[in-house]
Amino acid sequence: MNNKKEFTKILVYIFLGLGLVISIYPFYWMLTASTLNEAQIFKTPPKMIPAGNFLDNLSMLLDQMPIWNGLFNSLFVSTVTTASIVLLSALAGYAFSKFHFKGSKILFAIILLTMMIPYQVTIVPLFIIMMKLGWINSYKALIIPYLVTPFGVFLMRQQMFAFPEELIESARVDGCSELGIFFKIVLPNMLPACAALAIITFLQQWGNFMWPLIVMNTQEKFTMPLMLSMLVAPGQVTKYGPIMVGSVIGIIPIAILFIFFQKQFVSGMFNGSVKG
Amino acid sequence: MKDFFRKNMKNISPYLFIAPFFMLFIVFFLYPIFYSLVLSFSKWTSGGLEFVGIQNYLYLLTDPVFWKSLLNTGQILVIQVPIMLLLACVVAVLINSKHTKYKALFRLGFFVPVIIDLVTYSLVFSLMFNERYGIINQFLTSIGMKGIPWFSNGIWAKVMIAIAMTWRWTGYNSIIILSGLQSIPGTIYEAATIDGANKIDTFFKITIPMLKPVLLFCMILSTIGTLQLFTEPYMLTKGGPNNETLTAIYYIYDRAFGSFKFGLASAGAYIVTTIIGILSYIQLKVSDGGEI
Repeated sequence: MNNKKEFTKILVYIFLGLGLVISIYPFYWMLTASTLNEAQIFKTPPKMIPAGNFLDNLSMLLDQMPIWNGLFNSLFVSTVTTASIVLLSALAGYAFSKFHFKGSKILFAIILLTMMIPYQVTIVPLFIIMMKLGWINSYKALIIPYLVTPFGVFLMRQQMFAFPEELIESARVDGCSELGIFFKIVLPNMLPACAALAIITFLQQWGNFMWPLIVMNTQEKFTMPLMLSMLVAPGQVTKYGPIMVGSVIGIIPIAILFIFFQKQFVSGMFNGSVKG
Repeated sequence: MKDFFRKNMKNISPYLFIAPFFMLFIVFFLYPIFYSLVLSFSKWTSGGLEFVGIQNYLYLLTDPVFWKSLLNTGQILVIQVPIMLLLACVVAVLINSKHTKYKALFRLGFFVPVIIDLVTYSLVFSLMFNERYGIINQFLTSIGMKGIPWFSNGIWAKVMIAIAMTWRWTGYNSIIILSGLQSIPGTIYEAATIDGANKIDTFFKITIPMLKPVLLFCMILSTIGTLQLFTEPYMLTKGGPNNETLTAIYYIYDRAFGSFKFGLASAGAYIVTTIIGILSYIQLKVSDGGEI
């Protein structure tokens, strides 16, 4: 009996351990391959230990793509859109959860409804709008259509419900302006929720691929994912060492965020999910 | 007077709070959604729109390539989503078990694939699945099996994409399921164990039914996500071989930005939206009907 229990316990750990290895391995291989030359990457049996070719790969990568531009573009675009989405979502979410106003139900229903429509529906019209405005291949095209998301408002509204009404009322009695209440009382107390939204938004914006692929056409203005995708485009000689260096560079900002804000990562994903 | 002003401020302020959001939302969400609907009944030229009725829809519904793309998406959907959710359940249950140590480590480890963006992980997978030198095929040949034609065979190409998606999303789903598990009272399990139920029994008869709302949620999200599948096939297979991994969204993308058939692409996007709506509705209905 006891033996059998021990046996299942070991099986469980083997299963979980194996799962863990599978989850982590692609990251390890990406890091390792970024330090190998082509021959080492494709060696049989594969070389599993890092070597010293990272800088060579990097310079090969820089010959093909202005990767630092890409890093900057991605950081810039993701930061601006995230900041806007968080702020505007918090404002609207606050209004929807703490005020009773005419039309609030129907307006919120419209927001919910658009959340169910896949974003690809909007891509062709957005492209036409960008053409008409002459924004193709500009940062404006990358940023302005993504300054708000319905999901952000949905999430912030949920979070704001928990905010104590009395705090708002007492600030009102003290003569604080409505905007003052939001910025001085509500927002500082909602920072954890804002951080959670910021993290998932940043992650989404960072990974945004189809839209930059459609509207951008000069290398210097590409975002990170777009640059990386171009490295395996037909006609390009696929060299995996440089590609993996680019992948590593692209994942560093996200990894840093993840290390510092692990809790918000998980709670952001949760809030966005379970309460929905 | 001051009070009057204050009172009114309280009434107008919500509108001011939602105004910045709504201005952008109307221009970049609502208007495109409607414009797309109009486009789907039109032929787009640089000069403007020409109304063509349901011609775009008719074209799509008689285009074997569009059907092929829907079929491919459907095949990946019915195979990948159930396997992934079952795996996610098992992982969540095992991590949640009171006998398991290092919970935080496992949770973190399974969750970490979520942080990598779709393009980057597709690149890593294209290296790992490389037919001649990739680590997967090297491993298979080293244990005496034959390498798998991941890219040159349509079925295996789909399997590869399904594996990639499973890698990326299983941990995410198991974290959601884990939160569902933690809300199941332990007393139910104690009672079942006293009645002589074993671990497997309790998994299928208690855990799964109790998790139904969470599972349903995961299923709907995964269904929507899979129907929008684009980046993985674009990066890994370019839709090939022979359109075997061409997905619905990939087809739409091709029509829109490969041949600038905007009307056709919009009609396609609305067909996919309709399918998503119908599937979500069915999943909600079926799960209601099957209440245990």
